[in-house]
Amino acid sequence: MAYRVIHYINQFFGGVGGEEMADHKPEVRVGQAGPAMALHAALKGEAEVVATIVCGDNYCVANQKEVAALVATTVKKYKADALVAGPAFNAGRYGMACGTVCAAIGEACGIPTVTAMFPENPGVELYKAGTYIIPAADSARGMGQAIPAMAALLLKLLRKEALQSPEAEGYIERGVRVNMFYEKPGAERAVDMLLLKLAGKPFTTEYKMPVFDRVTPRPGITNMAGATIALVTSGGIVPKGNPDHIAASSARSYGEYDIAGVNDLTDTTYQTAHGGYDQTFANQDADRVLPVDVLRDLEREKKIGKLHHLFYSTVGNGTAVASAKKWGEEIGQKLKEANVQAVILTST
Amino acid sequence: MPVVHMASIVPISQSVGANRIIPTVAIPYPLGNPTLSPAEEKKLRRGLVEKALKALGADVTEQTVF
Amino acid sequence: MKLELHKAPVRSLRFGPQTTLENDVLVINQQELQALLLEDPRLAAVTVDLAHPGESIRIMPVKDAVEPRCKLSGGNEVFPGFIGGVETVGQGATFVLEGATVLTTGRLVAPQEGIVDMSGPGAAYTPFSSTCNIVLGLTPREDVTLHEAEATCRMVGLKAAHYLACRCKAAKAARVEHYAFPPLAEAMAAHPGLPKVAYIYMLQSQGLLHDTWVYGVDAKKTLPTLISPTEIMDGAVISGNCVSACDKNNTYVHQNNPIIKALYARHGKEINFVGVILTNENVTLADKQRSSSYAVKLASMLGVTAAVISEEGFGNPDADLVLNCVKAESAGIKTVLVTDEYAGANGASQSLADSCPEGTAVVTAGNANATIVLPPMAKVLGDPAQADVIAGGFFGSLRADGSMEVELQAILGATNELGFNKIGAYTI
Repeated sequence: MAYRVIHYINQFFGGVGGEEMADHKPEVRVGQAGPAMALHAALKGEAEVVATIVCGDNYCVANQKEVAALVATTVKKYKADALVAGPAFNAGRYGMACGTVCAAIGEACGIPTVTAMFPENPGVELYKAGTYIIPAADSARGMGQAIPAMAALLLKLLRKEALQSPEAEGYIERGVRVNMFYEKPGAERAVDMLLLKLAGKPFTTEYKMPVFDRVTPRPGITNMAGATIALVTSGGIVPKGNPDHIAASSARSYGEYDIAGVNDLTDTTYQTAHGGYDQTFANQDADRVLPVDVLRDLEREKKIGKLHHLFYSTVGNGTAVASAKKWGEEIGQKLKEANVQAVILTST
Repeated sequence: MPVVHMASIVPISQSVGANRIIPTVAIPYPLGNPTLSPAEEKKLRRGLVEKALKALGADVTEQTVF
Repeated sequence: MKLELHKAPVRSLRFGPQTTLENDVLVINQQELQALLLEDPRLAAVTVDLAHPGESIRIMPVKDAVEPRCKLSGGNEVFPGFIGGVETVGQGATFVLEGATVLTTGRLVAPQEGIVDMSGPGAAYTPFSSTCNIVLGLTPREDVTLHEAEATCRMVGLKAAHYLACRCKAAKAARVEHYAFPPLAEAMAAHPGLPKVAYIYMLQSQGLLHDTWVYGVDAKKTLPTLISPTEIMDGAVISGNCVSACDKNNTYVHQNNPIIKALYARHGKEINFVGVILTNENVTLADKQRSSSYAVKLASMLGVTAAVISEEGFGNPDADLVLNCVKAESAGIKTVLVTDEYAGANGASQSLADSCPEGTAVVTAGNANATIVLPPMAKVLGDPAQADVIAGGFFGSLRADGSMEVELQAILGATNELGFNKIGAYTI
């Protein structure tokens, strides 16, 4: 039996209209419309496009959750095995739409998703981790090349064949690390690599060292005596008993705790949930990680305006950078809304 | 809003991109030292927090270790 | 220094009236072993169970793994500073029960011990699913402090391993491996034309539950030092480490360090392997700076042109790894780094907490955040409720049917950074 595929396209390729129809609400068409016809043909009977979703780019970008939910419902209704979107070429909003729909459906439905766009389309950087993106030309003239490449990769994914490197398979590197078993143990691979490096011969590192994000420094606080300061920590300080069950390692959440009226963290009221360092000292006196006692003194002495009544805490032990980034953004937003002027972030 | 990162392993803080960095005591007790008396320890902590406030009050143009 | 490893294979375990090796079967006098271990006044109870490859058995939480060894000749005893005295080891002959492992387990020093599945999908990830395991369930007395409990369990594992080897040492070894480590003057003159290579061997030394011992000395209190690889084989380096099970170096992998083995395999042919430098991973920046400078200085004093550097653990030790790499490369020593990754369950995060452009040659032991579902086992040795608090086993991971969803992090030795396993990772 052929695999069943849903194809997401925009209003232009769906024949609804151009820019003036970019607010077109998503509609589901049975069978193939626009580029879905070419895709259907390229799948050569091994898979078939069972439905085409046509949606205006502006509508999709402005209503990402709603559109993703509709696509998810359609996937279920049609018992689809995969989702394809685009190609979006160099259309920025279409690229965003294809990326967001593919990433959301991959996560929600656990089915393979494939899209295609011009490598410099902003959708690539945003969504490459969440889906497979075939590099396409910057305009619809590249349709003839993109569609067969999308079909080939899609069929491999549907057959659950092990993928080679992105270069070999012809998709844009997702930057996602996948475990595999090599022929040799790591120790032998290390010595093999050392011999190549010593001989000045080419070798391939198994991991390229990361490059981290940078942010522009914010201006300093001019009126400290009037400023509200918040405490945030990756050292895992939580109320005794760890009420939110923050994990000792690879945390899956952060906690928000009220310290109104708390002047000192003691061994009977606070502890650390962090499993990556010797907990003895933080459990004896959590101020060693989260300096509430000193900030209360400074507040009393009017050296600062006040200590924010909530602190935020997670465990930075093996926790994914992507999670930390997301929580950082959330915490930052909350602190901004609470009119906090500056943050002391402590790490262990 | 400005953020000051108080951490013991400054190279990591620099690698991950903190702009205002206060080097602290040690990983299990960044703002303490269990070998000191409670009063001395609190004094140490206060010194570090005051340094952090100073960092928050300073304008910086690049990653700075205070 | 010259060391012979007399290896007697163990293919099966059973209890019997006398501890001995009979036709590759290790027979164990359970009462005698228990009585020996209970001589430690800090222990309230000890159980001894046996687990073989392929059996439907889950062992958790495991603290340490130890290969049974004892000295036949050459002075002192294995595990210097614990079983043996503090005199030099690594010479003469050592008896090895190859294929047997002592695993220490029980409710010990939660939250950070590991899982060993003897069969099923989890078995592929731990080296100890393919050894015959003597599983010690340890209960320290209630009045014993955490520090003491860890020390007790550490000692008991070594004692049991030594006892088993001692009782069997009259057995004939199936093969004898020879290792030589010549005096430096000789080593420097040997193999002209071959590049001199060292191994920089990083040890966890972060405090209670995260420690390593060298000749009985707490590694956090040491300066980097030269050691003969044969001393490592005699148990000069002991694990007191309970950090995430996947990438702590338990005592077994120290005894059988695969990087040392791989360097010996090329020694005299493509390289001149001239030294092992032990260094630590302490909790203050000054210590990290001092140790990395000192370790690289020792490598420079040996005149090496290249070094393998292995990390233990993750997070702040990534900073030690990067410091070692940057300083070695700037001293003209080419490096290959062995580490593992914490790239998130979906693999999309940065894998290391620190980074350097000099780290051009990296071998990875895989993404420890990748998750796996472990089906229920017929028998659980240890304490399954610990799954909820084990590092890598987030809350709710133990399901009603006895299966568990955990990160590889929770599996003993899964992403071992001595490169013990074949696992690695690649980017899609």
